Amino acid sequence: MRRVVITGAGTINPLGATVAGTWDAMRAGRVAIGPLDIPDVHRLAHPIGAAVAGFDPSAHFDPQRLGLLDRFSQFALVAGREATGQAGLGRDPALSPRAGVILGNSGGGMTTQDDGFRAVYEGGRNRVHPFTVPRLMGNAPSAHLTMEFGFTGPSFTVSSACASSNHAIGQAAAMIRAGQADVMLTGGTEAMLTFGGLKAWEGLRVMSPTGCRPFCATRDGMVQGEGAAVFVLEAEEHARARGAQVLANLAGSAMTSDARDIVMPDRDGAAAAMTGALRDAGLAPGDIGYINAHGTGTAANDRTECAAIRQAFGAAADGVAVSSTKSLHGHLIGGAGAVELLACLLALREGVIAPTAGLREADPACDLDIVSGAARPARVAAALSNAFAFGGMNAVLALTTP
Amino acid sequence: MTDRTDDIERTVIAILARQAVRDAADLVPEDQLEALGIDSMGLVETIFAVEETFDVSVPFNANAPEAGGMDLTTVGSVVEAVRGLVSSKAA
Repeated sequence: MRRVVITGAGTINPLGATVAGTWDAMRAGRVAIGPLDIPDVHRLAHPIGAAVAGFDPSAHFDPQRLGLLDRFSQFALVAGREATGQAGLGRDPALSPRAGVILGNSGGGMTTQDDGFRAVYEGGRNRVHPFTVPRLMGNAPSAHLTMEFGFTGPSFTVSSACASSNHAIGQAAAMIRAGQADVMLTGGTEAMLTFGGLKAWEGLRVMSPTGCRPFCATRDGMVQGEGAAVFVLEAEEHARARGAQVLANLAGSAMTSDARDIVMPDRDGAAAAMTGALRDAGLAPGDIGYINAHGTGTAANDRTECAAIRQAFGAAADGVAVSSTKSLHGHLIGGAGAVELLACLLALREGVIAPTAGLREADPACDLDIVSGAARPARVAAALSNAFAFGGMNAVLALTTP
Repeated sequence: MTDRTDDIERTVIAILARQAVRDAADLVPEDQLEALGIDSMGLVETIFAVEETFDVSVPFNANAPEAGGMDLTTVGSVVEAVRGLVSSKAA
């Protein structure tokens, strides 16, 4: 079976407009959660979130093209350009049919949907923008990446709520392993900080009025974020042959389904996904130096995830550093796993474990080695990234140093 | 107690009965919501129905159910909580 490596990474998220900027913020433990500035914000119960501040689409796209790009596609393209730039991939007719795109996303083009609904329902207008459908469709960001880079191989978008990115990345790696492609752009994107998107989450009564403080005894819920991260996955032999720099090995992945509840997480399903990713990567629990937790900051997730880590890791659970960077960049929903993979790369490549912010009081139900407050220097040779979605769909990725 | 208060009690019990898929006449104030099969998601739906029916806001966060300062564990305590919200709205 072919080995899969990461040769490029790109992002735009609340912490930064590049991977380097994001890493700086993660090193500093900078929290990007704050007051939101959107229409009708005063009607939100908890008007906070982690927005990509100061993003100017016209600096990245010409006006004609912008008419076709919802914010979630804009994010994906900006991230994709950085990733392919780092990987040194240009338009290459020989590569094209062997290259594809699989992104994760949950909400589709929410800005476009919100604007369209406002126009016809609230505004009483009888027409919407002609490009409403191509802008809001869930596969739009993946499609725009294929056009941007001329990739004519297999491409689609994966939707599994908060695990979308990890499912996408795992699926992209599987296609390379199976020989269906040599290069895949993968990751995830989300732009759900719209009035409708925020209201929908508010209805579930799990959102925090104060901030995202995973694993803290006094945590009070999750906070939404937005943004994208895109990676270049490549067959190892393909990367070596063209002399590309390998950032990390995508050593393994696993996907499981709880088959129990549409919203409540399940320890067994989460543990099975971690165990599966370890087995797929040929790693033992003791090899893992860092887990980027799903860590949403809800009571249900954090307790279940910690119990799942204990179940999957056994005695090794006490020796692994755990943090949730959602405390910094918020919950990017379908884009979460992609941005969180950057924290794993930071640990593997720079020896820095990004901290969990806002942990004021230890929760006895989360008695693991939670890295909190400030970043921690550490030598990490292997890391896991967890994503456990509504629907009971779990996807875990295992990265190792090259 | 006025008729209005009885209305509140009747309406809240009707909401809880619908959520529990039981006959309203079978519910008594001592019934625990959990025992009626109303789990955390059922409670969120119940609160939504209460808010829409009485035009009030229930300060409830599923991550910290006690933090809102309201006891929503039994049929009787939910009725009392709604009474309090409705009367503070009228005040």
